[in-house]
Amino acid sequence: MNGRIRSSVSVSWQRHWLGLLLLAVVLLAVPFVAALGGQAWVRIANFAILYMFLALGLNIVVGYAGLLDLGYVAFYAVGAYTYALLASPHFGIHLPFWVILPLGAGLACVFGVLLGAPTLKLRGDYLAIVTLGFGEIVRIFMNNLNAPINVTNGAQGITLIDPIRIGDFSFAQTSTFLGVTLSGPQKYYFLLVALALLVIVVNIRLQDSRIGRAWQAIREDEVAAKACGINTRNIKLLAFAMGASFGGIAGGIFSAMQGFVSPESFSLMESITILAMVVLGGMGHIPGVILGAVLLTGLPEALRYGIEPLQRALFGRMIIDPESLRMLVFGLALVLVMRFRPAGLWPSSQRRRELAESAD
Amino acid sequence: MDTLLQQLINGLTLGAVYALVALGYTMVYGIIGLINFAHGEVVMIGTMVAFTVIVSLASSGMSPLLILGVGLLVSVVVCMVLGWALERVAYRPLRHAPRLTPLITAIGMSIVLQNVAMIIWGRNYITFPPMINKQIYEIGGASFTNVQVAIVSLAALVMLGLIYLVHRTRIGMAMRATAQNPHVASLMGVDINRVIAMAFIIGSALGAVAGCMVGSYYEIAHYQMGFMLGLKAFTAAVLGGIGNLAGAMAGGLLLGLIEALGAGYIGDLTGDFLGSHYQDIFAFIVLIIVLMFRPSGLFGERTGDRA
Repeated sequence: MNGRIRSSVSVSWQRHWLGLLLLAVVLLAVPFVAALGGQAWVRIANFAILYMFLALGLNIVVGYAGLLDLGYVAFYAVGAYTYALLASPHFGIHLPFWVILPLGAGLACVFGVLLGAPTLKLRGDYLAIVTLGFGEIVRIFMNNLNAPINVTNGAQGITLIDPIRIGDFSFAQTSTFLGVTLSGPQKYYFLLVALALLVIVVNIRLQDSRIGRAWQAIREDEVAAKACGINTRNIKLLAFAMGASFGGIAGGIFSAMQGFVSPESFSLMESITILAMVVLGGMGHIPGVILGAVLLTGLPEALRYGIEPLQRALFGRMIIDPESLRMLVFGLALVLVMRFRPAGLWPSSQRRRELAESAD
Repeated sequence: MDTLLQQLINGLTLGAVYALVALGYTMVYGIIGLINFAHGEVVMIGTMVAFTVIVSLASSGMSPLLILGVGLLVSVVVCMVLGWALERVAYRPLRHAPRLTPLITAIGMSIVLQNVAMIIWGRNYITFPPMINKQIYEIGGASFTNVQVAIVSLAALVMLGLIYLVHRTRIGMAMRATAQNPHVASLMGVDINRVIAMAFIIGSALGAVAGCMVGSYYEIAHYQMGFMLGLKAFTAAVLGGIGNLAGAMAGGLLLGLIEALGAGYIGDLTGDFLGSHYQDIFAFIVLIIVLMFRPSGLFGERTGDRA
């Protein structure tokens, strides 16, 4: 069994090397092509990768372990605020990123266990509502912890956060290497791609590992998994902790990239968007989740730039507020995609088989 | 002492509203086992429709009470249609899909409804015209208004009606049968599709009533108001044990009381370290604590190991 899987993996590697090469070229070209339309598009590409990062983290909790988490953004917030507080003039602390990012990941991990521990007995929708509540509690605290001691600066958020810096090399400025000029967002792009590749590799390795299979066993039937000798408590906590640390790292990078954080970025809507990426793409299937993240980041942005000219072309003037129309189309797209592809756009073959069976 | 009484009165009013909204969640959940995430938005639409009707009739010279009644009626009817449509578009086609799929369509529908409301009613807060002359009564140092009395008594009336409907009528019996076991119920001649549609329609009607209450209590409305209200009401439903009608009522009242008392006393309890703007976290903290000890809510049945 194991041998068969391994050989099929190597065959697929041989078959797909051309595809991988193509992918590498595309990944290299994206920031330069996007920059033709302005740096804003490079930033959008960066956000797509950041969301991919988050979606892959959530995929561990929801897709693999089957624990519906509606408060995932809390971990993202913990990571972001850790970075913001330790690398900004707010407290006058300026630690380097390679100290703060692991710290943020660790802290998010602690929060993950804090959330996971009391909810071990809960199932399905009860778990969903508790995680949702947890996310809201974290956000409310960030919004209000400016008095009596000003920790988070309340709703105003924290500004002037340091960019990621390695020695004298800052990711926020434009610089030239080997005759190629790279802007700040473009540099972040390459950093994000490198990190994203790392996360994808970790995810793929996890998927078929002992832990990954234990998660999937819990997802399918927790009692049976327990009977098979899986320590469900530890394995579930591990899922929460792992997912949370991914969120924490993403949060730190978000802080550095934006230079600004406020509680507004960590609303429930954000959790829901990330969950929508996972479900819409194809839960538990890495390529599907990546597709979901890229689409759901790209679509609203494309609509932002597309809807205004379209309305002018059709009616000669702006009839409907483009911002609300954009979200309207986004909502409709969610409904329609799920309506016609209930297992997501790109489900894993196993999942597709299960669905086909249950439809009989 | 007067703070206590005052907060109890406020909590009761708030709790009555939560209970009505929570019933909408719990009815749908009890029958098809899905969270109708768009329910908060239905409540919001209910408030907005009532607002439009009241404003457009305000200068017609009708008696204020009649205008309020018409507003309530129109908003109930609109929400019933909306609830029915929601079920047809977002839930019925996905009844056999993976569990999370209808959750995403529901979220999609709530984004759609919010933005439709924003396009129609604008992005600013809208103020309800005062239709009833507010009278303030005093009791033991605490005060309450006739609006609060009306809200609590109307809520009680509606809930009694619902209990009657579920326990004494044919459609109620069909609902209970479907909640027990949809497959067997359909073999006994129950039209499952009709029952599920009815759950959505009745739930939305209750939501519309609650929406009108919120509008007349706070006298303002906003296109995003459904979100937090829905969240709290859903919390209330889970608190009581989701799928359980009495649980939703009790959970709603309890949540309203906890919030009001919490907001009134948090400053004293924490030596003014935390202020009343932490009101919103009470709902969630209580929820987490209750679920730690009773994982299926206060009145929920232990469902064994159905995930």
